[in-house]
Amino acid sequence: MRRLLLPLAAILVLLGIWQLYAGVSGVSSLVLPSPVDVGRALVEDRGALWHNLKPTAAEILLGIVLGAAVGLLVAVALRLSALAREATYPLLVASQAIPIPILAPLLVVWLGFGLLPKLVVIALVTFFPVVVTTLSALAAVDPDLIKLMRTLDAGRWQTFVRVELPSALPGVFAGAKVAAVFSVIAALLGEQAAGSNSGLGYLLTVTVQNLEMSEAFASVCVLAGFAIVLFALLTLLERRALPWVHRSTSTGA
Amino acid sequence: MAPLPLIAFDGVSRTFAGRRGGEPVPALRDLSLRVAEGETVAVVGPSGCGKTTLLELICGLQRPDSGALRSAPAALMPQRDLLLPWLPAVDNAALALRVRGVARDAARREVAPWFERFGLSGFETARPHELSGGMRQRVSFLRTLLAGKPVLSLDEPFAALDAITRAEMQAWLARILAEATRTVVLVTHDVEEAVLLGDRVLVMSPRPGRIVADLTVQGDRPRHRNDAAVVELRARALEALGVAA
Ligand SMILES: Nc1ncnc2c1ncn2[C@@H]1O[C@H](COP(=O)(O)OP(=O)(O)OP(=O)(O)O)[C@@H](O)[C@H]1O
Ligand SMILES: [Mg+2]
Repeated sequence: MRRLLLPLAAILVLLGIWQLYAGVSGVSSLVLPSPVDVGRALVEDRGALWHNLKPTAAEILLGIVLGAAVGLLVAVALRLSALAREATYPLLVASQAIPIPILAPLLVVWLGFGLLPKLVVIALVTFFPVVVTTLSALAAVDPDLIKLMRTLDAGRWQTFVRVELPSALPGVFAGAKVAAVFSVIAALLGEQAAGSNSGLGYLLTVTVQNLEMSEAFASVCVLAGFAIVLFALLTLLERRALPWVHRSTSTGA
Repeated sequence: MAPLPLIAFDGVSRTFAGRRGGEPVPALRDLSLRVAEGETVAVVGPSGCGKTTLLELICGLQRPDSGALRSAPAALMPQRDLLLPWLPAVDNAALALRVRGVARDAARREVAPWFERFGLSGFETARPHELSGGMRQRVSFLRTLLAGKPVLSLDEPFAALDAITRAEMQAWLARILAEATRTVVLVTHDVEEAVLLGDRVLVMSPRPGRIVADLTVQGDRPRHRNDAAVVELRARALEALGVAA
């Protein structure tokens, strides 16, 4: 209950401050609509918001799964080969410095106007945190466990499958949770670059062009809500899939 | 001619490179020992004298810096139980079988009777965190046993247990070892445990470790704390350790 009430209270306080500020500051509602205006837009446009949330949510979910899978594979490859790690880690970091508005049009040229370029944009921002957290989880595997596997005559592959991979899964989830937040922004930028005619990114573009700021903010609110849901979902999935992580974390006596 | 010992160390030394800029750490110096087939040899020594290093040398996890050593294939029961937290107890016990390529169900069938014998019935599907300390050690021991190596290297198997559980586990291990005739090297810092369980007690010096006493335990099994032979040998071992008895 507390876990629900506390954030709710924080949001209410924030909305209160925002409402006051919008009222007394004199900032035009074309720049900053008040929470009440945004709330009205949320209710009035609920049909359009829901309609446009669906494709965006699908893109994000698929993109995160794709990005996490690629991230896991890349982390494993980098773990297995010091050469690959040293050669490509700086490139991976650099890849995250390329602004999406620069990259997205190129992806559209290569991959067309369909779902694919949007998925790639989301996967691209997702895979990096997953690589970083998975690599550190792999590096943190108890060396005594590796020794133990050696005394059981386990080869590289057996040790990897039975010990290293399960130890790395919490890293995959940690990365995916960080990525959940970036992915919603990536989805917006992807939709805008790909000239989509549905999705919250599309809705945002249209409403901003029409100077319907309350409606634009409503889209942002829905997106933020989706990010929270996504984060909670990943947390839940992690508890289900990796029950040992939140119980006793020690393997020692 | 006496049969070849399963384990033979001749003048073995092992030194660890110190931390950056620090002195190298000599863990073992000029250590020699012989273990015959079927023997249970208990090794006692003060903390940090190189007991774990000795076992890792036996198991082939480390190489000596000088000296010669030979050992039959050995399985290690590590100082911490090191059970895999994501596997139920049966699958932890069956790890060696799985590594060898035995299918999961076949491996579980092979492990099942051992759970009965080890007093672990009903805990097959429990995860390690749901087991008591003594149970975890038994699963860990079973995993070592099922590795099917002629030599068992046990690294302070009961050090982390409370006194009551430890006494129970010592009696339990004595029974198991009497049935399963394996060659056992049992490392401990508990002199009494060494005397209760070993055919021979090897006493190590403080770091760098060497064998300073090789005591043969007399008296029938099962031994008891108050047996005259046990009491007498414990005193001799403590003396060799430099502890006033
Ligand atoms: N990998 C290593 N690198 C550097 N020093 C090491 C390493 N392993 C062991 N040592 C050092 O070698 C010495 C012997 O270590 P070892 O673990 O064999 O002792 P031990 O008798 O098993 O101790 P304990 O009773 O505490 O388990 C210690 O001083 C330890 O600090
Ligand atoms: Mg030790």
